[in-house]
Parts: sequence; structure tokens; C-alpha cells
Amino acid sequence: MALNQFCLVCGGTGCESRHSDAVYKNLKSAAEELGVGNQVQVVKTGCFGFCEKGPIVKILPDESFYVGVKPEDAHQIMAEHLVKGLPVEHLLHKTHGHHSGWGEYASQLYQKQVRIVLRNCGIIDPEDVQEYISRDGYAGLEKALFEMSPTEVIAEVKASGLRGRGGAGFPTGLKWENTRKTVSDQRYVICNADEGDPGAYMDRSTLEGDPHSVLEAMTIAGYAMGASQGFIYIRAEYPLAIHRLEVAMQQSREMGLLGKDILGSGFDFAIEIRLGAGAFVCGEETALMQSIEGNRGMPQPKPPYPSESGLWGKPTAINNVETLANIPVILLKGSAWFASIGTPTSKGTKVFALTGKINNSGLVEVPMGTTLREIVYDIGGGIRGGKAFKAVQSGGPSGGVLPAQFLDTPIDYESLTKVGSMMGSGGLIVLDEDDCIVDVVKFYLDFSVEESCGKCAPCRIGGRKLLNLLTKITKGKGTRADIETMRQIGFAMQRASLCMLGGTTPNPILSTLKYFENEYLEHIDHQHCPAGKCKDLITYSVLASKCIGCTVCARKCPVNCMSGERKSAHFIDPAKCIKCGACYEACKFEAILVS
Amino acid sequence: MTLQDLRGLREALKAALARRFSGDHTIEITLGMGTCGIAAGAKETLEAFVNELKTSAVHNVVIKPTGCMGFCHSEPTALVKMEGMPDTIYGNVDAKTARRIVQNHILEKKLVDGHVFERPSRDILKET
Repeated sequence: MALNQFCLVCGGTGCESRHSDAVYKNLKSAAEELGVGNQVQVVKTGCFGFCEKGPIVKILPDESFYVGVKPEDAHQIMAEHLVKGLPVEHLLHKTHGHHSGWGEYASQLYQKQVRIVLRNCGIIDPEDVQEYISRDGYAGLEKALFEMSPTEVIAEVKASGLRGRGGAGFPTGLKWENTRKTVSDQRYVICNADEGDPGAYMDRSTLEGDPHSVLEAMTIAGYAMGASQGFIYIRAEYPLAIHRLEVAMQQSREMGLLGKDILGSGFDFAIEIRLGAGAFVCGEETALMQSIEGNRGMPQPKPPYPSESGLWGKPTAINNVETLANIPVILLKGSAWFASIGTPTSKGTKVFALTGKINNSGLVEVPMGTTLREIVYDIGGGIRGGKAFKAVQSGGPSGGVLPAQFLDTPIDYESLTKVGSMMGSGGLIVLDEDDCIVDVVKFYLDFSVEESCGKCAPCRIGGRKLLNLLTKITKGKGTRADIETMRQIGFAMQRASLCMLGGTTPNPILSTLKYFENEYLEHIDHQHCPAGKCKDLITYSVLASKCIGCTVCARKCPVNCMSGERKSAHFIDPAKCIKCGACYEACKFEAILVS
Repeated sequence: MTLQDLRGLREALKAALARRFSGDHTIEITLGMGTCGIAAGAKETLEAFVNELKTSAVHNVVIKPTGCMGFCHSEPTALVKMEGMPDTIYGNVDAKTARRIVQNHILEKKLVDGHVFERPSRDILKET
């Protein structure tokens, strides 16, 4: 007899730590024992993203969803559900008093992710406009062009509560309204795809997976604001995203979804791509417009705001990729639907690029108001290697570092700003006990200093000074007075810099001084790096009692500073050691000591 | 095209999609081919699928590229849809696993143990 049922057991780290492996084995042996081994296949899966209720067992094809399954429950599930077809009621996952065990839709209610921006990513072929259309693509544009006036479109976007996903969180509808209000013969729509934060790739993935959603949104924006020309400013380092955008634009033009007289409505809208050369500052809107005009990418003072005088002096609305990707859905499903997701001040979802010391790194989209704990432990599956959680870096070089005490903070624009970080573009980098805060902050400062355009003194000089002080501290030569100096410079930069690049450069320092000052003091007072990361403050040595002389470390050492015979303890020559940590990573016997 | 053309096309496409998985025996493999997937070896995976389908003389399979499914930790990813089997997302699909998917999933109608993943979220476009 052929297989007709499948029993999926979560093999994610969270569930494994609660003995999902034994559940898996017991299910298999129960299937054999009950004589259904050739009809039911028991399979181990990747993380379901619901670790708090693990171990999880899902039955297909009926989509029943069991939570908190213990090894001793396995036999009952096999005997009752898979053999007799009777669900084991007390183990079924329940939401709002209903069993969510039946039907594809119901069984996925447990999921923390809600995909609006990424609704088509990983589902459609991005180079085939028909696939986009079959999933209600361009239905939002239809509705805007034929059923709504431009002011009604703006009112709908305003009512949705959508705010800019590029980081600052300015209300999108208001931006559109201001741009429309400015009297002019021409207005422009710009899509900011100059994603540059280290560890952030939300916009790239959106453009690669669903380019038409951004084209549709820009056309809707053009209609709403009375603009006939749009630009996509995208960094040249994203060749695949650019290629897919070009293919999508070509298809849209051929089908009359872009260009003159769109769908016979009389509305014209054209889009052009502008490639950025990779300067981080060009993600700042005034610098971005300078770059499109062909000038050196440097920020300009505001006001006037782009909505009054933007590209070539004309009113311009600049929206980020992720912001735009929400627009077609808002029109299609209505502002009330969109506003029902999220928190009172931040509506909808946010896409995060979850990276760092986490089991399930990936692109996640969650409703605003989801806590860091849910993202790190449920979706992310917890810290790699069972290490201790230390902090989350959010918002890239403009953001801050949030320690464990904020794990239960619901994430929205206000809450992150309140605790000294910011939403930023959506990079979330998880740090564990092996990460040195001072070292991490130095990495971001290094980035910001490198990317400063040099136009204003606070950013150009302040950033360099901060980096010098941090470097001094990581070498064990800092003083307590340096901390005060860093605070003062940071304070001045926040207030006096021309654009937000300089204004936010000190954020990583200031937020970590708030929560991890002791770690700075440890470097200063005791010339000691608690995480063992700052190279000038650590030495590597071999613990002779633990070394078995396997020679793995000696083979891994890039500078051949390890000596010792096979099967006898090895020795590190401190004069030659470059403190790269390769031996530490390679040793399976914990015989390498970092002190 | 006009508004009516677009609406007509959308309805036709939706109907064709509904037909595909009820009766015409088409098997669809959707392969995650964003930068992330490609960097993790999705092109080799694609090649392995094509070759294995050819050697096994399976001709009713459509392989479709798509963007990122979000499983950076388990790229490359592939979604297999066919009649008689649940829609299944596979992760860490290297060339060897691709061959196993053809042999086990498509030909023997068995899941490939250790590579199954859950869809990351429900589909908002299917909700009313």
C-alpha cells in the first residue's frame, strides 16, 4: 500500500532540546508496531518557528497541528490519529478557543510572521509578469486609476498609517500629500533602493523576488501625486535586482501597465533606473537626488524638503522599496485591513534581516509590536551553539545595541527610539557572550567614518575622533576621561551634523555606554576584554593538561606559530601569534586558552 | 491593453493555475534563486534537477525560478507541488538532495527526510 499520511516532527534546535528526537523515534517505532509503516511516513523537518510550544508534530494531509508533544505521547498520536483518524484533542494547538488543527489556513495561524511586503517572494517567478498578475498584481493600480481620485488614494494611504520603512518612519500619506500640494508643472517619484547597512538585505530580496510590486506602487504614487516620471535609485552592487527590474519594466511597458495611457486611463507614467556607485551617504534623500542629477552625492540642508523642492527643484516624494511594496496591498485590501495590523503608532509589518549568532538566520516579516524575544527565540530558533544571549544590534550603523532587558519590548518606531536604538532599515544582528561590545561598536564606527561624505565638520571630524578613542580603548590605553569625551562629541554630532548619517553615527557608542559601560571600564581599568575579542588585550596559549597533540591547531595556524610533536602538548610562540583565533576554533578539546 | 483585458487575463491565469494541480498531472518545482540562493549553489541544484529528470524520463515537470523564501540558514530552497503529495518546501537542496527529491518525492511519493521545511507564513492574498 502506498504512503497516504505524513507525520512531520520539528527538528529545529528548540524542539530538539525538548526531546523531539525521541518523539521522532517513538513515532517511527509506533508506526511499525501498529503495522502502518508502509502508509505513514515520519519525517524530521526544519524549524516551524513556534519554539515556545515545541516539540511540534504536524500531520499531513489533514494539517493537524500538535504542540508540546512528549516522547510518551507518540504512540497515542500514531494509534488514534493516524490509524483510527481520531485527533488527540488535548495535544492539538488551540487559538481563541478553536482548534486550529484543520485546514491549511487555520493550521498556519500560529505563525508569527505575516508577509505583506514579501507576499510574492519565493512564490512567483519574478521574471514573469503573468505570475504577478495571477496573484492580484496590478489590481491595486486598477482600483486607483478607475475607482479612486488621486486625493482619495492619498487619503487611503494616510488612513492606513503606513510610515517610511527606510528608517525614519515619516508618514507616507503625508509625504505624498505635501508633494501633491506644492504647485508645479512636474513632480517626481523616487524609489530609494540604495540599501547599504551592513547586514541588511530586505530591499534586495524584495526587488529580486517581486519587482512588479514596486513598479505598481510607484505608478500608484505617481497617479496620486500628479507625477509622470519616476526614478529607481539602486546600487550597482545589486546586479540581479537590477536585471529583474529591467525585465519587469520591459514587460509592463509591453502590456501597457507602464508608459503612455496606462490601461486606457489617460494617465502616463514612466520609470527610469539610476545606478548608485555604492556610497552609503547616497541613501540620504538629498544626497540621493544630487547623485541622480549627476552631482557628487552630498546632502543638502533641509528645509526645503524634497516635497517642496526636490529633484531639479521640483516637488519629489522619495519612498523606500519596502514602503512601496506595501502600497498595492493597502489599495487592494483597504486601509482598515492594513491598520488592523501592528501597534497604535506603527501599522503593518516590518521586514528584518536576522543575522549574527542565531540558529535560523533569515529574512523575516513580522507585525509591528512583535517582541525581540519572539523574533530571536521563536522565529530565529535561539542562539547558536546554546550560548548566552547578550544583545541585539538593530538599525545598522545608525542604530543601537539592545541588551537582554529589552527582549520583551514590542518593536515599533517609538519603542526602539525610546530605548536608544532605532528601527533603521531593518538589520537585526544577534550578539552572544563571545562578542565584545566595544569591538562591535568599533566596527560600526569604522563603517560610518569610511562612509562620511566629509561635507560637514561634526561628522567628518567627530566620527574620526570617536573612532580614535574607541581604538585606544580596545588597545587597553583608554582612560575614564575618554568616555566623557566620547559622550560630548556624540552629543554635538547628534545636534550639529548636516544629515542623519552624522547625526546617528554616535548612536552605537551612546547606546552601549548606557547599557554596557562596565564593559568599556573593564577595557580601561584592567586592560581586559571580557569576551576575548580585542586582540591587543588577549594572549592565546595551550593548556598542556588538555592538549592531546592531535596537531589540528598547528595545521590550521596561518602563521605556523605552533610547535610540538604529535601526541604531545603543543606550544604557541607569542612573538609570532597574530591572535586570529583559528586554533581556538579548531580545537575540539578546549585546550586553547584565551586570556 | 485595457482594463478589461487585464481583468480577463487575471481570471484566465487564476483558472489555469487551479487546473494545473487538479487533473493535468503537472509537477511544479519552484527553486529559490535570489542572490542568496544562487550564492548557496542553486544553479548546481537546478542543473541536478534537470539532469535527474532527464535520466529518469520524467517529462511533466516545470521548474520555475523564484526569489528568496527567507530561509537564509538553509539555502538553496525548493518548493515541490504535485498531485497526491502535500506542497512541500525543501531546504539545503544541494545536487544530491535534488536527485533524492526526484527519486523519492516525485517517483516514489515519499518525503525526503531531514530537508522538509514549513511555509514561513500564511498567504495574505488567500485571506478575505
